[in-house]
Amino acid sequence: MKAFNISEIVLTKYLFFTGKGGVGKTSLACATAIGLADAGKKILLISTDPASNLQDIFNQSLNGNCVQIPEVQGLTVVNLDPEEAAGVYKESVVGPFRGKLPVSVIQNMEEQLSGSCTVEIAAFNEFSDFITDPEKYKQYDHIIFDTAPTGHALRMLQLPSAWSTFISESTHGASCLGQLSGLEQRKEIYKQAVLTLADEKETNLILVSRPEVSPLLEAARSSSELQALGIKNQILVINAILQDVDQQDDVSVQLFNQQKEVLLHIPDSLTKYPAFTIPLRSYNLSNIDDIRRMLHEDVLVHANTEYKPLNQELTKEDLIDDLYRSGKRVVFVMGKGGVGKTTLAATIAIGLAKRGAKVHLTTTDPANHLDYDVATGSGISLSRINEAKVLEQYKNEVRAKVVGTISAFDMEYIEEDLRSPCTQEIAVFKAFAQIVEKADQETVVIDTAPTGHTLLLLDATESYHREVQRTQGDSSEAVRNLLPRLRNPQETEVVIVTLPEATPVFEAERLQKDLQRAGIHNKWWVVNACFSMIETRNPMLREKAMHELIWIEKVKELSNNHAALIRWNK
Amino acid sequence: MKKIEIFDPALCCPTGLCGPNINPDLMRIAAAVEALKRHGVDIERHNLRDVPQLYVDNTVVNVLLQEKGAEVLPVILVDGKLEVAGKYPTNQQLSEWTGVNLDFIPQLS
Repeated sequence: MKAFNISEIVLTKYLFFTGKGGVGKTSLACATAIGLADAGKKILLISTDPASNLQDIFNQSLNGNCVQIPEVQGLTVVNLDPEEAAGVYKESVVGPFRGKLPVSVIQNMEEQLSGSCTVEIAAFNEFSDFITDPEKYKQYDHIIFDTAPTGHALRMLQLPSAWSTFISESTHGASCLGQLSGLEQRKEIYKQAVLTLADEKETNLILVSRPEVSPLLEAARSSSELQALGIKNQILVINAILQDVDQQDDVSVQLFNQQKEVLLHIPDSLTKYPAFTIPLRSYNLSNIDDIRRMLHEDVLVHANTEYKPLNQELTKEDLIDDLYRSGKRVVFVMGKGGVGKTTLAATIAIGLAKRGAKVHLTTTDPANHLDYDVATGSGISLSRINEAKVLEQYKNEVRAKVVGTISAFDMEYIEEDLRSPCTQEIAVFKAFAQIVEKADQETVVIDTAPTGHTLLLLDATESYHREVQRTQGDSSEAVRNLLPRLRNPQETEVVIVTLPEATPVFEAERLQKDLQRAGIHNKWWVVNACFSMIETRNPMLREKAMHELIWIEKVKELSNNHAALIRWNK
Repeated sequence: MKKIEIFDPALCCPTGLCGPNINPDLMRIAAAVEALKRHGVDIERHNLRDVPQLYVDNTVVNVLLQEKGAEVLPVILVDGKLEVAGKYPTNQQLSEWTGVNLDFIPQLS
């Protein structure tokens, strides 16, 4: 594979970077934008990076408007915040009616405008403006998007095809789209945005990954889904490849071999695209100079500093001791994909069982990472939630309920609502609820958690339903019991898992805020895969280890010093 | 022909499927409204989330809301006159107003 070089890739008007959180999308989008601007091009960089480290990189406050970067001639940057846009949208709908309609009515409106669809719609709304603006098309040579992490980016991109079908064909009020004010007026803009995305002459998609299994699988999934949406111009960039193996250094050799092994097994669907690599950099990509260096050279800033691995830190044993002593009944292990949730959940389950607890472990991991023999050998019981399957079950449950009315009912109408992202969240939540019911008899460990957002929506709906005594809608006992249980810190602990790097820590901080909003208790954090805990003589890896320290400190701060560290392990 | 207006509370979607529980009555009413529309009946559903201004402008609805709050919804007007509040009309009521037979849609108690 060749080294990534902007002079060698096909540069369309619009360039999209996509990939899992933490693979380096934003850094690479910035490096490409700066590289092109330095070469004399006029560049617009549009970021929806939730970590928002763009402001640090450019040392400049950014917002939804175009901001020129003084240090980089020809570069203009826009930073979109879909959550904020959704908030603004909600207020624009509800605000004018404060005082005109009673408080209970206002609350009812607010609840229904807090769904995940609202954020996605707000995001796409903003994004479609940039991709269809003829002025910007003329003004800039290239318009570069660093999209939000894949799941979100996909939904954002996937919805429009549903929308354009919907807008042209549907005869009834759209569910999630109904909230989009002036849908009709924006019809042309959305249509245009969808067409441009699928236009090979205008749009190129850059899949960013790391030489690790899970980000590559994620890239393969995005790739196929986007391909299905007509986005066929794709290239693959694998970031952070260890260049020089130091044969004298075990860790260096292990990492090198691990990466080599992964690269030999790139998912088939990705192999048809041109692929490029970027070397592992020891430094954090946190300012313009480092970003400029990213594609060219490495610099060891700490080369002369003495390196000592961390060893006085809290460990996962401390975490498990605490969970055991405090008699937790429900333990959620929460974090973005690829941070090691499933393995950690299994470790916690086995650890609790060894200490004498009766434990049930539930995993949702589609990749099925778990070593089942080890787990069952430790005396714990196991179950698995297959998200795709529970969604289908829920859909079937709904379909079964309308069987009697089907003759009158345009089935498409129901199917449209079943495609809503809220439906998916709810379906998975129901599956959770049933498993957490078991916590009466045993300690339940789950390798994922409902979002605070789902909980809030549920809570709002539940209380609303109670108020109006409309509980003939059969909210199951399990669902109803779940919320109070989750909010009880004596019973429930959510362990947040992250990695010692910028984006994963920012993302985890978001999860924490979301939980707090929903009144869910979180005490423990785990920082997984720390290089800073290993003995290595390799100057490059030492350098990398030292750059982890600020993120470990940040996690200690966020967790009020309840951060358990786990060393990097091949 | 009679004009029927249903003022819904703020709903995520007209069937309530996005919510955490499936409310069969919402599905029944969605089915009934679709069926009536196909028979050319002048029937309309308003979602508070999408068209709050209607809830301010319509005097009957607005007075009810000011007096009783959000729980008075849904409100059903027939030719502008209050017929049902706090629940959806039965299939029988809908048939009486429109003359369309809705017996094929199961009525849930």
